[in-house]
Amino acid sequence: MDLFSNLALGFSTATSLENLFFCLIGVLLGTLIGVLPGIGATATIAMLLPITFQLEPVSSLIMLAGIYYGAQYGGSTTAILINMPGESSSAVTAIDGYQMARKGKAGAALAIAAIGSFFAGTVSTFLVAIFAPPLTQIALQFGAAEYFSLMVVGLVSSIALAHGSIVKALAMVALGLLLGLVGTDIYTGTPRFTLGIREYADGLNFVAVAVGVFGIAEILRNLESEKTRSVLMSKVSGLLPSKEDFRAMIAPVLRGTVIGSILGILPGGGAILAAFASYTVEKKVSKHPEEFGHGAVAGVAGPESANNAGAQTSFIPLLTLGIPANPVMALMVGAMIIQGIVPGPNVATEQPALFWGIIASMWIGNLMLVVLNLPLIGLWVKLLTIPYYVLFPIIMAFCAIGVYSVNSNVYDLYSVAFFGLIGYVLSKLRCEPAPLLLGFVLGPLLEENLRRAMILSRGDPSTFVTRPISAALLFFAALVLVIVFLPSVKKKREEVFVEED
Amino acid sequence: MKILNAILGATALAALSLVSTVANAAGFPERQITMIVPFAAGGPTDTVARLVAEAMSKDLGQQVIVENVGGAGGTLGAARVANAEKDGYTILLHHIGMATSNTLYRKLPYKTLEAFDYIGLVTDVPMTLLARKDMPADDLKGLVEYAKANKDKVTVANAGIGAASHLCGMLFMSSIQTALVTVPYKGTGPAMTDLLGGQVDIMCDQTTNTTKQIQGKTVKAYAVTSPKRLDVLKDLPTVKEAGLPQMEVGIWHGMYAPKGAPKEAIDKLNKALKVALKDTNVGARFAELGTTPSPDADATPEALKAKLEGEIARWKPVIEAAGQYAD
Repeated sequence: MDLFSNLALGFSTATSLENLFFCLIGVLLGTLIGVLPGIGATATIAMLLPITFQLEPVSSLIMLAGIYYGAQYGGSTTAILINMPGESSSAVTAIDGYQMARKGKAGAALAIAAIGSFFAGTVSTFLVAIFAPPLTQIALQFGAAEYFSLMVVGLVSSIALAHGSIVKALAMVALGLLLGLVGTDIYTGTPRFTLGIREYADGLNFVAVAVGVFGIAEILRNLESEKTRSVLMSKVSGLLPSKEDFRAMIAPVLRGTVIGSILGILPGGGAILAAFASYTVEKKVSKHPEEFGHGAVAGVAGPESANNAGAQTSFIPLLTLGIPANPVMALMVGAMIIQGIVPGPNVATEQPALFWGIIASMWIGNLMLVVLNLPLIGLWVKLLTIPYYVLFPIIMAFCAIGVYSVNSNVYDLYSVAFFGLIGYVLSKLRCEPAPLLLGFVLGPLLEENLRRAMILSRGDPSTFVTRPISAALLFFAALVLVIVFLPSVKKKREEVFVEED
Repeated sequence: MKILNAILGATALAALSLVSTVANAAGFPERQITMIVPFAAGGPTDTVARLVAEAMSKDLGQQVIVENVGGAGGTLGAARVANAEKDGYTILLHHIGMATSNTLYRKLPYKTLEAFDYIGLVTDVPMTLLARKDMPADDLKGLVEYAKANKDKVTVANAGIGAASHLCGMLFMSSIQTALVTVPYKGTGPAMTDLLGGQVDIMCDQTTNTTKQIQGKTVKAYAVTSPKRLDVLKDLPTVKEAGLPQMEVGIWHGMYAPKGAPKEAIDKLNKALKVALKDTNVGARFAELGTTPSPDADATPEALKAKLEGEIARWKPVIEAAGQYAD
């Protein structure tokens, strides 16, 4: 078996003492920097990139990959503990994870996230090893029309599952879509809604918006009254998940792994959908949908697994095509080039030790994360017992540093402040920020791919139904809508994005 | 405090990994130098900058730190340097976009030809003209014929307005005097993905992005825009050999300081640049990317000034003919 000899080569590379060491350093650094509020994987890698330049290529890439998972994991930690997501994926974790933390189950939430991530990481690492080349071929079938239809599915399923405050949820999605329009139109070069500020020419910074509407708004809300403030720091019960928690997380973890693995392969932004999609699915299939938004175990386990699975499989386009699937992968390409390895379709055959070594190190890195983080949970949870008058200013300061460090752009800080206020007002109006973020993330992709598909088809809209994959996706979207409007199912409709407190 | 530990840990590691070198005698530079790259970390310009910065650090005896100030086609980073302290401790590494943004952006916050002092040319990265793998044409002549015969159908991908691929695509269309369908993307990655998947027909981009794809035969390559064939792609003819000499173009990179920097600083930076460009590691990495460090004659303030002025004049009519501006 080629696969086994390849994996053996990979593991022998990755388990050399030196590489294990750098994997550990990477995972450790990633986790530590990732737990700074507002700093996600992209910012972390960008900051730590220069450190890796002095190392051997394999070691440096293993370390970078470690930083990547570590930061992703650390990002979930802040999302759970202080409602401060560093990436679009952990924005979903914040919804139920933070509620769990407020109920004193911060330790359980962190453990669930770690275990779910590890399982998903293990499965998807083997997926990468076995299926990388054929999966790549499928990903290449995805053109603009297919991505547009995929985004339609994403938007429709989130809206269709909302009820009660459906108008507010729709309004939030629409507001998110509109915010996504800010920036230069890539087709004509026209700046839109930038208020003449050139710093906004590339659009609003996702991290700035997310940190604002989630984190800063939360801090403002907590400052309101003595009562809510104390919730944050009081009662921290059991650090580990209970038996029921374990039972409740199995199915969501499995589903999340499948969803994340599939969406992660698509280089055009599929992974973004992974966590959102998993959350929607979990809420739909759950017997207790009312728990969602109030600390549902499935609401943490599913998205975290999906997110980590997607993070692994998004290496597939990078390793087999040499094409980065997301900003983090783009940084990895930069790192590889500086190391003298230009990623491309031949990396697997030209540098088998490197290729399989990275794959093997993915799994080792995930294992290290679990081993490392389970004992650390106690420490993270202790953070919550820091008095708010110390904790809040520290959070604000690190937020500012984190957001600024991404682009050295002071206007991103103004965005944080502005969206913090917006988030506060929205929470007073009982509008949830999650649909807003979904709209904000999907909107630009939706528009970009719609217009590109129309250019490619010379303005013929039938392209969306004559291309089989696109047609199937649109059919699926229509199906979701139909199901929602069928009376028998109507009763069961649940709110996707409600996070009332 | 975990958070503090995190920072301390990272800094300690960063400090460990930075190879400190023998300090220069008194005078410039007394502290670290910031090299602004007006694009995101990990991109081709960032790669060039980091390789050069590391080699320059050794000569200057002070770290040259790369800082990415991306956005608005590189004009945000350039503006940052234009307004920086005029002491030579903040420098800019920018590519051909320095010249084209002068026309692409009608409201620049700095005057391109007046706001900067010149340090020197760094490298001139060639471009390659590519098509999807199953493109019927076998040589450039065939491709041009195919494009002219199917001009309503043939699509040309680029990585966004002002990108190297956008400039090269415009140059291709103006060279064959045929307007094709332009399909912009957000960055080279997605554009290349669609070229590999056969969703678009043609793209022209820097060798930094294309060499491995050409070697892997995942795309069809027709010509390289440099005056000479490349060592890494020996079989690929130049545009001159293939019959489109007007497509000769390179993504040249230059190094600048804010106008009014002390002469001593400029001289030392220029010397360090020349040393860096002769560094064997820099040369080897550049070669893998399909480019070469600028020779001594080009790594001078005079050569960069002449290049910038010449390129502004060259691209103005091409951009104006396309009628597309970025502001």
